[in-house]
Amino acid sequence: MTKQQVLDLYFMDARSKLIDIAAFLDRLDRAEGQPDFRAGEFRKALEWMQSADQERAKGVLLSLSDPTTEPIAKAPGKGACGAWPGPGTEEGR
Amino acid sequence: MRYIEPHGHMVSRTTDDYEAMVYAGCAAVCEPAFWAGFDRGSVEGFRDYFCQLTDYEPRRAARFGLPHYSWLCINPKESEDMVLAEEVLSIIPDFLGCPNVLGIGEIGLNKNTRNELRILERHIDVAAQHGQLVLVHTPHLEDKLKGTRLILDAIRADGRLVADRVIIDHCEEHTLGLVLDRGHWAGITLYPESKTTPARAIDMYEQYSRQNLWLNSACDWGRSDPLSIPKTVLEMRRRGHRESAIEGLVYGNPVRFLSQNPRFQLRLE
Ligand SMILES: [Zn+2]
Repeated sequence: MTKQQVLDLYFMDARSKLIDIAAFLDRLDRAEGQPDFRAGEFRKALEWMQSADQERAKGVLLSLSDPTTEPIAKAPGKGACGAWPGPGTEEGR
Repeated sequence: MRYIEPHGHMVSRTTDDYEAMVYAGCAAVCEPAFWAGFDRGSVEGFRDYFCQLTDYEPRRAARFGLPHYSWLCINPKESEDMVLAEEVLSIIPDFLGCPNVLGIGEIGLNKNTRNELRILERHIDVAAQHGQLVLVHTPHLEDKLKGTRLILDAIRADGRLVADRVIIDHCEEHTLGLVLDRGHWAGITLYPESKTTPARAIDMYEQYSRQNLWLNSACDWGRSDPLSIPKTVLEMRRRGHRESAIEGLVYGNPVRFLSQNPRFQLRLE
């Protein structure tokens, strides 16, 4: 596909998702209380959007991943929350 | 456009879904054993589930002329209870002779625990002993990268499975290359929120591999879409991919992997 074709096919969809992310950050800022680690991890992952790297999707995924390599002793639960809380935490070990 | 659904949890779908899939061109559906959304209480719960996968569900699909295949295991979400897991592992060989069983799956990891890893190694052992194909589930979200690495290392450490008889499913941009580099097949799952969209799936297809790759919906009891493969066909057409290339991805590739088990037969072939 040419760059023009990519824009024609995907610009409106990407624009809509971009505004959704902006609105999500605004909503988070307006809300009361303290955010958990996910807010900071989300902002860190966002930095990939402005990267010159051509593997931005991979960069966002890596940014939100548990980078450790050893299996953990016990499952903290069955689910995943989408971001890694960091070492020494209940979920992150 | 004919296609294969190589990973659908049809026990949690309606009969209308079967009908819609067949209308959309589905030529076969394959159903890995998985978590029911709650923990089963005993090995007898698994025996009943394996009967459902090997007897009842193929008959439900056959009402629409759709071949139904299954894969057997205890899934990683229930592998923390190692006593139960060993009991389930002991009954799996009783079902490996069923005519619709293609192999061991979907095994893997969920939260990347030591117990899950131990039960994964036990499944790899059963698969190696019985010469079975293997379908692997990789963990969700933040756990996927670590889990994929642990799984790849466990398979390599065992050393008995032939790499291209193993498919590692639910790959994303950060894990697909790792899987293909080891010589395994890779699966991309079209699933809202937690996995990939049609656009990202086709991006990966264009960048990484057009060969040892399949698409699946992993439709189950969660928000998921049993028609996500035909919808991705539309995505490929919008990008100008040739019909032969599209059919190669959604039909030819899964047929090539699954036909490594001679039980996998399609109608009219
Ligand atoms: Zn599944």
